[in-house]
Amino acid sequence: MVLVLAIGDLHIPYRAPDLPAKFKSMLVPGKIQHIICTGNLCIKEVHDYLKNLCPSLHIARGEYDEDARYPETKTLTIGQFKLGLCHGHQVVPWGDLDSLAMLQRQLDVDILVTGHTHQFKAYKHEAGVVINPGSATGAYSSITYDVNPSFVLMDIDSLRVVVYVYELIDGEVKVDKIDFKKTGTATSHSAH
Amino acid sequence: MHHTGAEDEEKWLAAGITGLQQNAFYMHRALDSNNLKDALKYSAQMLSELRTSRLSPQKYYELYMRAFDELRKLEIFFKEETKRGFSVVELYELVQHAGNILPRLYLLCTVGSVYIKSKEAPAKDILKDLVEMCRSIQHPLRGLFLRSYLSQVSRDKLPDLGSEYEGDAETVSDAVEFVLQNFTEMNKLWVRMQHQGPAREKEKREKERSELRDLVGKNLHVLSQVEGVDLDMYRETVLTRVLEQVVNCKDEIAQYYLMDCIIQVFPDEYHLQTLETLLGAFPQLQPSVDIKTVLSRLMERLSNYAASSPEVLPEFFQVEAFAKLSSAIGKVIEAQDDMPVSGVVTLYSSLLTFTLQVHPDRLDFVDQILGACVKKLSGKGKLADSKSRKQVVALLSAPLEKYNDIDTALKLSNYPHVMEYLDDETKKEMASVIIQSIMKNKTLVSTTEKVEALFELIKGLIRDLDENLQSELDEEDFHEEQNSVARLIQMLHNDDPEEMLKIICTVKKHILTGGPKRLPFTVPPLIFNALKLIRRLQNQEENVAAEEDAPATPKKIFQILNLIIEALSSVPVPELALRLYLQCAEAADDCDLEPVAYEFFTQAYLLYEEEISDSKSQVTAIHLIIGTLQRMHVFGVENRDTLTHKATGYSAKLLKKPDQCRAVYACSHLFWVDDQDNIKDGERVLLCLKRALRIANAAQQMANATRGSGGSVTLFIEILNKYLYFFEKGITQITVASVQSLIELITNEMQSENVTPDPTADAFFSSTLRFVQFQKDKGGAVGEKYEAIKV
Repeated sequence: MVLVLAIGDLHIPYRAPDLPAKFKSMLVPGKIQHIICTGNLCIKEVHDYLKNLCPSLHIARGEYDEDARYPETKTLTIGQFKLGLCHGHQVVPWGDLDSLAMLQRQLDVDILVTGHTHQFKAYKHEAGVVINPGSATGAYSSITYDVNPSFVLMDIDSLRVVVYVYELIDGEVKVDKIDFKKTGTATSHSAH
Repeated sequence: MHHTGAEDEEKWLAAGITGLQQNAFYMHRALDSNNLKDALKYSAQMLSELRTSRLSPQKYYELYMRAFDELRKLEIFFKEETKRGFSVVELYELVQHAGNILPRLYLLCTVGSVYIKSKEAPAKDILKDLVEMCRSIQHPLRGLFLRSYLSQVSRDKLPDLGSEYEGDAETVSDAVEFVLQNFTEMNKLWVRMQHQGPAREKEKREKERSELRDLVGKNLHVLSQVEGVDLDMYRETVLTRVLEQVVNCKDEIAQYYLMDCIIQVFPDEYHLQTLETLLGAFPQLQPSVDIKTVLSRLMERLSNYAASSPEVLPEFFQVEAFAKLSSAIGKVIEAQDDMPVSGVVTLYSSLLTFTLQVHPDRLDFVDQILGACVKKLSGKGKLADSKSRKQVVALLSAPLEKYNDIDTALKLSNYPHVMEYLDDETKKEMASVIIQSIMKNKTLVSTTEKVEALFELIKGLIRDLDENLQSELDEEDFHEEQNSVARLIQMLHNDDPEEMLKIICTVKKHILTGGPKRLPFTVPPLIFNALKLIRRLQNQEENVAAEEDAPATPKKIFQILNLIIEALSSVPVPELALRLYLQCAEAADDCDLEPVAYEFFTQAYLLYEEEISDSKSQVTAIHLIIGTLQRMHVFGVENRDTLTHKATGYSAKLLKKPDQCRAVYACSHLFWVDDQDNIKDGERVLLCLKRALRIANAAQQMANATRGSGGSVTLFIEILNKYLYFFEKGITQITVASVQSLIELITNEMQSENVTPDPTADAFFSSTLRFVQFQKDKGGAVGEKYEAIKV
């Protein structure tokens, strides 16, 4: 059982002052094995905060990130799954599922984690699963109205990944869960 | 010299102890054989050791303690003697025959103790007798210890309220009288020590005095324990007499110690009720006494009292504690003209802590204190020493911590005036404290006045205060500073759009004075705050028809935003400005403001053409342009065409061929937007894709020419995917044949000899073909479409 935090588009401090208090109290060091960050942190302070949560920190570059050295895309293997990471402003049209599918094929990954739209998404297509953890701070987005703060926790266990999405709605944290199984070359899913 | 002095003292002490022990031995022998005469003889001899003048207080104390222990045994013997029939009165007589006065008095006190217990005479008479007889010892050290002994043995025999020694004729007043007299005499002896001996040994004397002070203070402690001393007695007798002695002794050391003692030893309730009397003593003290420390400790005690027992708060109001303390402090500061600034601030800090605890709702009191501080600081210029600065920061931080709400601090009219006396560095430090307080409490600042006041307070962070002095701030610290201002800007909010717009304009006014170093940090948060406002107005507009002359309209706000982003050109940060222009363009699109959106695009394009020359930046910028443009729906055909044409032009002119290729095929999406019927131009889509293919070919050839082997086929696979994307949408110009030929092209390329093996590309191609198969397997309409493609 490997816990992977997918988080991004915090836009601190230019669009949001800080992570919501309720999220901060949930995210404690030592519980998570990997962090996959879609980018747009934007400052070093946030990087340090995430690094402190978990030393295995992977970040893709967002267009507002202070540190220009983050890569445009990144791939890594966790357990039986290959994960791909990209902020998403490079993939036009923004948020378009089919275009993202192309990126997924290109990176040849089972799970593609991407951001930019500030809207949570988790769905599967024939090439695999696409996950957008949304914006952890609920930051303003030109693409999405009424952004609720959200992040995703993936529990990877051999051929199965359970995706937990945490959303802050009207001051309360709501959790939802989606199951994905990897069978051979394809992944199937069931929603709960 | 000093060394041999200490050595000698050790010798004398040893000698004294030996003498004492020897006589004690004989005394015990006499006690064991009930030989009263011998017991008295040897005890007197033993006590003679205490007649020495050679010992320092600490050493004398050692000797005294041994004598004390022996006297306890003697007392028990005396008690037994009286039980055996020996009259205690006679005993009292008998001991007065001792040759030397000091032993005589120690014995008298010891018998006195037994006498009182016997109740053959009123306690008060015996006590009075004893306390007066002790006057014979005028030597400070010996006198102090003797009277201390008297105090110790009499402690449990005072005619206190409810004690067995209380009677009709003797009451607690007599007990109090006794203790007060002892105290007064002890203080006189203590003060006399100051003037004994040569001037050059003053420091040594003062140290010795310090060692003895608790002997004197003990009397006050005893008084505080007397049951019968209620508030009235305290007020009328105890405090008056004690203060009288304190003031009249005119001794700096005694006054400081005893004032503090009074404050620590007696209950806070009493202090409250006698506040005026207590405070009235301060101006009468010697000028060199450190009154501010004592006053501060008094206020601290009272603050803690209020904190721990909220039910006594009405008492504070009733005795007008604040007014009295405030006035007392004023007088002290006036009297001690040379008090250092840090001292003044400490006093006001203590008063402030007190006020915040006792009268948290009285902002006028708090403001008054700050005002008094300002008055005292004026004429002294900016604070020079770090201690004062720290004190002022502590003073100003206290209201922030107490109220957890910047609004309250902003209401204090003197708050900014105090800040003026800080130097620039400390002003910035204070500004950071203020911002941190706001962030911690998550308070939103909601009116223009408050924002204006706030930005005035934090101006040290907003701009360079001294034109000439460029602060040597570490870059990281500077970033942290400015990022905190950025966060602060997120905390400004009002639901009313008019007010919110005024707030935005106020902030704009301030941040534009910040200079090129600060703008990249302060402009973006303001822009986004404004965009949020625009979106709120948008939502409102959907319900209510917007009035043209309403001040807060999206259009007006966009005008302001335009000006703000323009300021970034002074830095310059074209990449950031381009992003902000594009954000505004999208927002304008949402508001259906075509000319405004077009203007923003124009600005963005100009920046791209003129200012963004770095290749990597160009690639990102062009994708942002394409991505934004793709989503716009407000443009008419002409405008859209112009912008699209430019975008494709930029794409084709990127430096590296692969970047060109990718940007160009991204442009294909500009000609086909799912939810807009008038943007579905299959012809132009195909043109784009073909152009991308040509570029990919050229890239291939270049690779062959320069490296000897073919470049990666990845670009072709990407283009294939785009073909499939549009094929899926049903664009007629994307034929099965074109898809097929592309597949074959790639297959051939990959099998060709002079191409470098590329597993990534292989995997990409495989998964693409898998996709096609997947679609075929779907069956139905989709399956039919893909039927013809052979993989």
